[in-house]
This record gives sequence, C-alpha cells and structure tokens, in this order.
Amino acid sequence: MNEKTSPTQRERRDFLKTTAVVAGMTVAPGVLLYSVSQAKQAEDAVTSKVRWGMLIDTNKCAKGCNECVSACATEHGFIDDPHRDSHPEMAAQWIRKVGLRDKQTKKEYSLPVMCQHCEHPPCVDVCPTGASFKRADGIVLVDRHICIGCRYCMMACPYKARSFIHETLENQKPYSPRGKGTVESCTFCVHRIDKGKQPACVEACNKAGHKVMLFGDMNDPSSEIYKKLKEVSSTALRPDMRLNPGIRYQGL
Amino acid sequence: MKNVTYSIIEGKSVGFYGGIVISVLFILLGLFAAYNMEHHGHVITGMSNQIVWGMPHIFAIFLILAASGVLNVASISSVFRKTFYHPLARLSALLAITLLIGGLSVLVLDLGRPDRLVVAMTSYNLSSIFAWNMFLYNGFLLVCVVYLWFMMERRMQRYYPTVGLVAFIWRLILTTGTGSIFGFLVAREAYNTAIMAPLFIALSLVLGLAVFLIVLIIDCWETRCHLGEAILHRPKTLLGVFIAAVFYFVLVYHISHLYMTGRHGVEYFILANGGIYTVLFWGGYMFLGTVLPLLLLYHQRFTKSRASVAAASILSILGGFALLYVIIIGGQAYPLEIFPGMEVTSSDFFDKGIHAYTPSGWEIMLGLSGVAISALLTVIALRILPFMPRSLADADIDDTFKH
Repeated sequence: MNEKTSPTQRERRDFLKTTAVVAGMTVAPGVLLYSVSQAKQAEDAVTSKVRWGMLIDTNKCAKGCNECVSACATEHGFIDDPHRDSHPEMAAQWIRKVGLRDKQTKKEYSLPVMCQHCEHPPCVDVCPTGASFKRADGIVLVDRHICIGCRYCMMACPYKARSFIHETLENQKPYSPRGKGTVESCTFCVHRIDKGKQPACVEACNKAGHKVMLFGDMNDPSSEIYKKLKEVSSTALRPDMRLNPGIRYQGL
Repeated sequence: MKNVTYSIIEGKSVGFYGGIVISVLFILLGLFAAYNMEHHGHVITGMSNQIVWGMPHIFAIFLILAASGVLNVASISSVFRKTFYHPLARLSALLAITLLIGGLSVLVLDLGRPDRLVVAMTSYNLSSIFAWNMFLYNGFLLVCVVYLWFMMERRMQRYYPTVGLVAFIWRLILTTGTGSIFGFLVAREAYNTAIMAPLFIALSLVLGLAVFLIVLIIDCWETRCHLGEAILHRPKTLLGVFIAAVFYFVLVYHISHLYMTGRHGVEYFILANGGIYTVLFWGGYMFLGTVLPLLLLYHQRFTKSRASVAAASILSILGGFALLYVIIIGGQAYPLEIFPGMEVTSSDFFDKGIHAYTPSGWEIMLGLSGVAISALLTVIALRILPFMPRSLADADIDDTFKH
C-alpha cells in the first residue's frame, strides 16, 4: 500500500475535517441550550415527576480521597467555620468519608455518607414546626426560618446526617445561608440542581477522575442513573427501615 | 369528709425569704447561662452533633414527669374518691403547674433559637409527637388551673370530679407523649420501643409523689404546722408501689432488649461496659433509687420513721434522675448502627466508638434554674392563695383518727 497520500485525498480529508468542525460548532450550542432548557426555571414549581437520587459506586471510591468532602465544605462555606478544628465534634459535616470492613469477609470499603434524602424521612416526621421538609422532587431540606433548634430531627435521623450549628458563622455563601442555633444537612446542592448543574461533590469526584457518584433523576427512564440502577445491583443504607433513600450504594 | 380550713403561709420567716433569695439566685444564674448559650452558641456546652440532648433535657424531662406525677395526689382524691387525700389536692395541682412551668422553661431556653418560641406555638407539624406535646403541655396547664379553680370555688364544687377526671386522663396522655419522644425514635437501639410510655408514666408517679412528700415535709417544718403520721404513711406505701412499678418496666425493657440479638450491643454497653452509664444504672438507679428506698419504706426497722420517708423520697428522686441520665445520654452515647455487619475503620464524623459527653457548668446552671423557677412560683403562690390546710394533723384531716 502506498504510504504517500495524493493531493485529492488530502483535500477530501480537509473537507471532512472542516465539515465536522462546522457541524460540531453548529450542534454544540443547541445541545447546551437544550440542557439549559431542561433545567428548572425559577418560576417553575418543583414536581414529583422528578426524584433526584445518587448512585455511589463503592468499588471506585478511593480510600483517603476527600475530594467530595472538601468540595462540599468549600461550596457551602464550612471552611470558614471558626471552631472547625478545635471542636470537630461540634463542626458541621454534610458529607463524610467512612471506612468499613466486613466483619465476616474482612473486605474493606470506602464510601461517602450524607443525607440520604429518604422518601419517608424520619426527620420530617418528628420536626415540631415543619421546618424539616421534603421537596416534591425528593430533596430533604431544612427551612432555617422556622427551625427552632430543638434537634429532634438529629435524634431521629438513622444516618447521623444532620448538624446543629453551635456558633456564630461568618462569610456565608448567599446561596447557602446557614445560621447559629439551627440544624442543617446536605441539600443535594439544590441551588445548583435548580440551574441544571450537578452537586459540588459529584463534580469534584468526576474532576478527580474517580466518577464514584452518579447523580440524576431516578424517575426518568432516559437518565443515566435510571439505566444504571436497572443494570447493576445496589443497596440503601439500613434498607430494613424501609425509608427508601434517594442514595444507593453499589458494591456494598 | 371533714371541712378543712386552708390558709396562706405567713411569709415572715427566715426560711421563706431565704428560699426566695436562693431561688432568685439560681434563676439569675440560669438566665445568665441561657444568655451565654444564645450569644456564643451551644459551643460552650458539652453537647455536640453526637450527643445532641444533654443535661438541660434531663432536668426538663425530670420536671415535666414530676409535674404529671404530682397531680396523682389530687387524682386519688377526686377520681378514686379517697377523701383522705382531699386536703392535699390543692397543693398537688399547684405543684403540677409550677413544676411544668419550670421544666418547659429549661426546654425552651435550651433551644437553638429560643426567640422563635412564637414559631413553635404557631407552626405545627401534626405528625410530630413534639408538636402534640406542645398542645398537651399547654392544655395541661389550663386543665390544672381550672381544676384548682373548681377546688377552691365552692359554687364549682359539683364539677370538681369531672375536671379531676379530665386532668387524670390528660396527664396520662401527656406522659405517654413524653415517653413517646423516645419511643418513636426508630433509628436508635436504646429507644424505639413502646414500653417507654408506661415506663415514663410509672417514673412520673414516683418523681411526683417523692417531690410532693418533700415539699410537704419542708412546708410543715417551715410553717410549724402539725403533720400527722398517717398523712405521711399512706402515700409512703404508695411510693413503694410506684418504685416497684418503675423497676418492673425497667426489667421488661432490658429483658426484651436482651432477647433481640440486634440490641445486645447497646444492652452490654448500658449494663456492663458503659462506664459512667453502667455505674449510674446499677449504683444510681438500682441501688440508691430502688433497693434503698424500698428498704427504708418497708423494712420494719425504718418504716415508722419520718426521716426514712424523707430519705426514701430524696433517694427515689436521685435514682429517677440517674435513670433519665442513662436513658437520655447513654442512649445517644452508643453509636448508631448505620452499617450492619460492618466494622467502621475510619470516619470523619465519629461513626466509630462511643460518643463522649461531659455536661458543662452552663447546662447545669440552666437545669437548676428550672427547679428554682418551680420552687419560687410555689412559694409565691402559697403566700398569695390558701393552698395549704391549716393543720395536717391526722385528726384534723380524717375523723377516723379522732380518739
């Protein structure tokens, strides 16, 4: 076979390249606009047609990696909490890394644990004022305007996913207001989701190349998480409680 | 039934003023603690994101249980028609009100946002037992006020048994609600059991009666009113029965937990390996709060002594307090079982091992202020309105004691 290419072939290649670039440039903004158009508009009500959820692949989660935890702390401003280092038992923690060992097989696991965004959240059941609530799309949140700081939700949460703010906070993020004397937990980065973006922890994990966390609409048959949940076996933490959490773990 | 004459306390003694001064001092200390907890946040307390309810909650629940139980004396008179107890009914209802106010004050001042009390009173989530308790506590105060009014107002005497029955049922529901705060916590192994409600009812009867007897003895000692033997010895037997009832429920609670494999860990922790919690359970609740008072109340050698009744009351209060500490703090100190079948090797958030808790001075100050609020309100009420019979000599209470 002749290694040399004729001028006609070269022209054909250049033509194909140019066509591909032009086609790409034409389609890309459309794709981008499509994803933006799919994001919830500010005036749109949240709907129960969507159930946000996350599949965490424990096989991929690297021991010692804390990217998701750091991203959460940066996104929501925990980094600036004054007693974060001196009183870790009082510090807010929306997502944490946990190392586990199977008592029988001795197999080790590493996984992130956060608010599991249950379908039947005990924290919502016990909250006296209704400050703990579940959005129609399955995200469990705290309305910090009516939280009285009784901490009953923290007693009720089976996953120890909630934190009480023990001190005055400064340098808060406008999109993630937090307040002394109230309870808070992972919001699934609701401010990002509502703009069609991924939660900060997922983004950081993907950026680090681990791709442990798959986030999406568990009700949408075309979503990646829907397909993956159908394909692989996964489990919830404490499935015996039948709370139907929005977070599933693969390989646990 | 004899016509009993009631009177206000004179309020001129050193004890009266001393009591007021000490109460006010403790209330001020409690308010100072609450101010600091509000200003600096709960970072100054021993409570954390692991032990979320601490010493203030023990004091608050103690006072709320005692409030419910102390009304039992009035109930025996109006519901069970034991007229012997009738002269004590006013004091019983008064203490129910003052103890509840003391307990609720502590509970409110410990909130992360006590300034949002209005929100708590206007925004209800009716699936929460806490929200129901707000109705139950406020309703109880109202029922007790009406109960007292009907007791003291001659024209309302005929409705007195009816309101007595309402108060009796109300307080049973109230204490069921208080016990269910823990009974409904599905995730925590030490709780999540329906027996919490009857256990708390029995405990409320012990604490209430013990507080009542102590107040009665102090009051009569202070006002030099004559306190008959029978007036102390009848409730004394009842106190013994209530202590035994609490022991029965505690026994069933632990035996049923020991039967469930999944709860062996928490049982081993509380009963054998829990450090302070094990010591408080066996030494505080079992020995000081159960065995010793029963001995003082029933052993022939002690049973006649007035001091033994007072000692048994104080001991059963200490025992009840120890039991509440074990239940409330011990139950949180034992870690949640989030990953069954797994051993936690590392965690950024204390998933591994027992959670530590040391109550801070602020918490104790706040808790004691609840007791002080109850004491101050009681003393002031006794000074203003005639709650106490002029004489508690047996013959003045019941004709059967007349020779």
